[in-house]
Amino acid sequence: MDTDETAILFGEDVGFGGVFRCSQDLQDQFGPHRVFNTPLSENGIAGFAVGYAATGGTAIAEIQFADYIFPAMDQIVNEMAKFRYRSGNQWNCGGVTIRAPCGAVGHGGHYHSQSPEAYLAHTPGIVVVMPSGPKDAKGLLLSSIRSPDPVVFLEPKALYRSSVEPVPDEDYELPLGVANVLHQGSDITLIGWGGQLRLLEKARLLAQKEGIHCELIDLRTILPWDVDTVTESVIKTGKCIVSHEAPLTCGFGAELVSTIQNECFYSLEAPVMRVCGMDTPFPLVHEKYYIPNELKILDAIRDVMEKAK
Amino acid sequence: MLSTIRAFASRNANASMLKSYATRGMSTSFDVSGSYSMHNMETAPNDTVESSKEELTDWFEKMYLMRRMEIACDNEYKARNIRGFCHLYDGQEAVCMGTEAAFDHEDSWITSYRCHAIALMRGGTVESIMGEMFGLQSGMTKAKGGSMHYYSKKDNFYGGQGIVGAQVPVGTGLAFANKYKSTPGERMPVAMAAYGDGAANQGQIWESANMAALWKLPMIFCIENNHYGMGTSVERHSSHQEYYKMGNHIPGIRIDGMNVLAVKEGMRFVKDYVGAGNGPMYVEMMTYRYHGHSMSDPGTTYRTRDEIAATRSARDPLEFIKTTMLDAGFATPEELKKIEKKIKKDVQKAIMKAKESSPPPKEELFSHIYSADHKIRESEEKPKFIRMPTFDKSIHN
Repeated sequence: MDTDETAILFGEDVGFGGVFRCSQDLQDQFGPHRVFNTPLSENGIAGFAVGYAATGGTAIAEIQFADYIFPAMDQIVNEMAKFRYRSGNQWNCGGVTIRAPCGAVGHGGHYHSQSPEAYLAHTPGIVVVMPSGPKDAKGLLLSSIRSPDPVVFLEPKALYRSSVEPVPDEDYELPLGVANVLHQGSDITLIGWGGQLRLLEKARLLAQKEGIHCELIDLRTILPWDVDTVTESVIKTGKCIVSHEAPLTCGFGAELVSTIQNECFYSLEAPVMRVCGMDTPFPLVHEKYYIPNELKILDAIRDVMEKAK
Repeated sequence: MLSTIRAFASRNANASMLKSYATRGMSTSFDVSGSYSMHNMETAPNDTVESSKEELTDWFEKMYLMRRMEIACDNEYKARNIRGFCHLYDGQEAVCMGTEAAFDHEDSWITSYRCHAIALMRGGTVESIMGEMFGLQSGMTKAKGGSMHYYSKKDNFYGGQGIVGAQVPVGTGLAFANKYKSTPGERMPVAMAAYGDGAANQGQIWESANMAALWKLPMIFCIENNHYGMGTSVERHSSHQEYYKMGNHIPGIRIDGMNVLAVKEGMRFVKDYVGAGNGPMYVEMMTYRYHGHSMSDPGTTYRTRDEIAATRSARDPLEFIKTTMLDAGFATPEELKKIEKKIKKDVQKAIMKAKESSPPPKEELFSHIYSADHKIRESEEKPKFIRMPTFDKSIHN
């Protein structure tokens, strides 16, 4: 907002700070003509962002929960994603960044816990980003807002409170479309994004106790995803597990596994596994059972190591 | 809203009203003039409503039950027995009670997440409603969804929705079904979708209204205007605040939602009109909620405590019905106190009973996703070990 005069921030309740305090004090700082509330109209919010960005402005739209992004899907898929393409590069809506809190939070139930990255990833023309912690979030958000392409920035809401790490004060950007290898390892590659990294890290430590050294990759950008980093890693280790909170069938893990088997087939020592949420609507009472936690991941790691022998 | 008392049997022209208490002998007439504003409509509800001691006592008991139940939810939430989302209805009881009094069992009702009181009227008990929020099997929907998701097929109550405004097209479908199943020329059961002022600007509502008007469906679009969409007042989220006129050419009525008698007479009128095949109506209930949007919202950052207190003292729906009953000589203050005491105890008992239940078994996670039992893929889904509290105690196959 400081460096770009055209930047505006809008969405439901962002004025007072937002339901997760993401826009705290911003209205006081930048004024109500730049930070303002919208009525309850997601499709309207998304379309409005596209229109403003088409004139060259930077539109930062907030969808209050990723579960509410579905009314906006038409604008995202049909308008936002195709704007540059169909106008023959005359216009673009790269100034759009849609931010939405996503993911399980312990008590969200059916409509406050979903992770819609798979629905969004099926749309050429947009960029989908999900940070796994505050340091990444700052760098990725700045990159996303400044990106010449429209971005949907999904923020795992469980991390708003629970994830604590030192974050540099200065302005810095992290590259989009590049995955981050958090730990090097020679035995097996673990891939995840967003809140799932926390569980993958726990599993990695448990596996380390058993002498299994895992390479941990944070995808950071879901679309377009960093094929090179992933395939390089899997060729090195020969084994891979992909883990995400969203349901198994047609989750984004399916895309990863498909490409991995295509690119790394001759290096694979065991089938590539997915440890994901179950194929059910996101449950209320049974959330702990549904979530692909570190024990399920560890179980999968052992399974794969066993199969590779 | 004082009552004018004329003790003679009703001469009311409306057959459905006579039906509801013709057998009760003496009934009393109450003045509800001034409770209604009309839009695109030549006729209006009657200025007086008939009621009786039995009816008002029944309504008072039900409304007080709703109130105590919501207060109990507040306490249980603060005690962390209820987790997640919880949207309370206290302050709006008259809307629910009056509508239920005007409706028949066959009329379909679908609403938003602020549905505890309506669930109570349509198939729920304090035990099943609280049980659902506790996440136990005593819950109305076996704890599948919690506070926002109550349903009852046999009571024609379609819930309980999380996504704002999504219930309105569904309600229109219900209205269509009612029309489809009725014989042409006969009265149809109506369908009502209740939603808030915050939802009123959703595009899908206009889409449904257009369909309902085009096909003359027995549909009621009911806006429960409690003046705040979460934390945003109507002036700040809506370019125009006369929601009963939002249907444009579709007739509308604005009703004083704190006066249960006015609500009943208003909804009787709407049901009559709509059920006769004249097409949909927009109903705006002017009401107020004492709690914030949900339990995460203190409700005082966007409105003053004075405003809440003033509404409570001047327009509280329970105080209104109590005063009406006292003025009409239907009850003494002692009798009312007795009812209140009994209901307080009943609510506590029901909560204790609900708590005795156990959480649903894990099979419920996979049940009812599809019509037939759906096999979740074994190889990648179920954990192949028995989990214990700490990892080293877990038993691995």
